[in-house]
Amino acid sequence: MSGPTSTRATRAIGIATIVGLIWFVAFGLFLSPDDAVQRKGVRILYIHVPSAWLAYLAFIVTAVSSAAYLWKRTRSLTWDRLAGASAEVGVLFMGITLLTGSLWGRVSWGVYWVWDSRVTTTAFLFVTYLGYLAVRGLGGSHEQRARRSAVVALLAVLEIPLVHFSVEWWRPLHQQESIAKGKLQNLMLFSLFVGVIVFTLLYVWLVMHRQRVLAMQDALDDRGLEFAIAERRQEASL
Amino acid sequence: MTSFAVTKLVAAKDLRIELRSRVLINQVLPFAAITMVLFAFALDQDDLLVRVAPGLVWLATLFSMLVVVQRSFAVEAGDGALDALRVAGVPAQGIYFGKAAALAVQLLVLETLLFAAAFVLYSSRFDGAGVFLLITSALAASCGLGLVGTLYGGLTTGTKGRESLLPLLLLPVVAPVLIGATRATEAALGVGRISMQEGWAWVALLVTYALLFGIGGSIGFGPLVDDTA
Repeated sequence: MSGPTSTRATRAIGIATIVGLIWFVAFGLFLSPDDAVQRKGVRILYIHVPSAWLAYLAFIVTAVSSAAYLWKRTRSLTWDRLAGASAEVGVLFMGITLLTGSLWGRVSWGVYWVWDSRVTTTAFLFVTYLGYLAVRGLGGSHEQRARRSAVVALLAVLEIPLVHFSVEWWRPLHQQESIAKGKLQNLMLFSLFVGVIVFTLLYVWLVMHRQRVLAMQDALDDRGLEFAIAERRQEASL
Repeated sequence: MTSFAVTKLVAAKDLRIELRSRVLINQVLPFAAITMVLFAFALDQDDLLVRVAPGLVWLATLFSMLVVVQRSFAVEAGDGALDALRVAGVPAQGIYFGKAAALAVQLLVLETLLFAAAFVLYSSRFDGAGVFLLITSALAASCGLGLVGTLYGGLTTGTKGRESLLPLLLLPVVAPVLIGATRATEAALGVGRISMQEGWAWVALLVTYALLFGIGGSIGFGPLVDDTA
């Protein structure tokens, strides 16, 4: 594989993402009204909710790709690289989710952190996938990396519901979702909707590029030794 | 040889190594005991210590477990013993359950000491019905911790740099055990707001946890350790 990681498809998605982001900023910062209670604080939600959605989507993609790699009929390193790329982007957005969530919590509830099951599970998911990325960096052959990280990703699927359930049982107090209560006005909901669409486009764009970069890295690893030997031979013949 | 026979042999081997090397007795147990003393220094209030004793016991268990797990796989990695076992055609499930059983036994010894320390240092007290709940929850929690610890221990064994990864991978996964075992112990000791009935419900969570990771581990352990070379 050689050349840039962009294709016509990624360029189209990239342009759509940039246009969408401008549109999103217009709605999120200017066109949507302040909330009656939270005032400008509500605008944090326009980033928080889409990034949370995206982070969970990213981890689902990682889990499904990992399962696809482990299943013999569909075994391909492309699945492994997709899982890795998606987890990297997922961790980034999970970090944004936690940061914006705690800022919003400070504005709305007066505290940065509550021991709510959703919040705690999100934090655990973040740490778990940091571990997953560390496992990917352990070294060895591509197949070893793929098998090892796929098992770890699937174990995370086992872990997260258990963490969620035990925390929920431990602290049954729930913060009600604003959307479920119907507190958000139409234009606010629309801004959120725009955010979800734009962030999803951004995710697809980032994962496609990252997946291709990972494929190039793998190719370089495979052929790196051949290149080095050829170079030395050339030096010797000079 | 059946997986069950391998399980027994591997567990016996691990426990024999432990009895002869005395790492648990000479290093891990003193470490756990000093942790309990340090908790008392940090919290510095007798009433509070009685209230939080269950959590401290289980927290000390988790930290000590990291050392035990690393030790359990250090003996395998030394001379490529684990690879030799696999090359000899020994089933991965047998090795997994054997090592998990040995780990669970060591954790039970550790927990016994920690509860004794809580009894002496923190003045924790329990009655007849509480003891039964306490023993059951310790058994269930140890099985769960043994199974999960072996799984992630297998992943992080071998080449350098992996040992530091164990706490990052293992501690988030064992969080449900910490919550479940602590609540069950609170019920058994009669501290906090947990009834005995709720305590038994938490034991059910611990058993579910052990079952789920037992199944997951028996499938995942082979692929994880086969590529440690």
